[in-house]
Amino acid sequence: MSARTETDRLLRAILGDVLGLKTDQADGFTARTGLFGHLPELDSMAVAGLLTEMEDRLDIVIDDDEIDGELLESYGALLAFAEAKRTRE
Amino acid sequence: MIPQTWTFPLGGGAISDEFALTFARQREYRLLIVPALFDEANRMRRLTVEVMRRLDAAGIDSVLPDLPGCNDSLLPLASLAPVDWLDAMAVAARHFGATHVLGIRGGGLLTPAGLPCWHYAPVKGASVVRQMVRARILASREAGREENHDDLLAQARDEGAELAGYSLSADFIRQFESLAPQSESVSRIDQDMVGGSGLWLRAEPGESRAQADALAAILAIGMKA
Repeated sequence: MSARTETDRLLRAILGDVLGLKTDQADGFTARTGLFGHLPELDSMAVAGLLTEMEDRLDIVIDDDEIDGELLESYGALLAFAEAKRTRE
Repeated sequence: MIPQTWTFPLGGGAISDEFALTFARQREYRLLIVPALFDEANRMRRLTVEVMRRLDAAGIDSVLPDLPGCNDSLLPLASLAPVDWLDAMAVAARHFGATHVLGIRGGGLLTPAGLPCWHYAPVKGASVVRQMVRARILASREAGREENHDDLLAQARDEGAELAGYSLSADFIRQFESLAPQSESVSRIDQDMVGGSGLWLRAEPGESRAQADALAAILAIGMKA
């Protein structure tokens, strides 16, 4: 198993909490796992909650203008965004 | 568990009958629960009622009133401000003879003073508004409308707005943004004391027996201490 970054581990935990997943289910996410638009329970309120939780636990600030469909399209895109944010801040 | 009504005075002599879930048998300890707010109220309701069931089994009365304008209330939410909610919770505490009070999440902003009080995972008013504005922007974007956070918030403060399906007046937004949970003489219950992850985070309402057990134990021990 390849080593995961801290951001990767934290982001999986957040998604697990939001989606009510067991630990091993969030562990199974790959870069291509679809999120918004693929998981019916991820509606706008849930995504707003997810982003707020990411801000708290990853210690980043997300501007609403940065949120577009592509960002939430897949786990890989969301992780890349979070990694880039944490490097910058 | 019995649904009961209590009377919320609207001023000018008008009243509104509001609904509450109760386990009320005139026992020595009676807990008023101020529910989580808006969308979180739905996600936390099952856990809240499960805690009430456990307190009942431990010989403790509890009451969960609706906030006027929410849940089964017939009042239009857009006609109300947070100060009305604060009044309403104080009225409900008196009506049901509460000896203690618990505020859940945003409910911690509305707990009446003067009673021993717990706040479970409290949150600031400004954070609640921020998340609702964000949800509205996301929903609008999906519908092909671009909205901007600062403009939308400024408009909400001036004219009121519908955020995440809730019609809120300008007064409501302005007052609510400035609310923060009191910390003086309040016992704070953080999620690590309850275990697991907060159910308000869930995209779909969930439940947890272990969390209900833990919360009820914290409250029952605290009330009877």
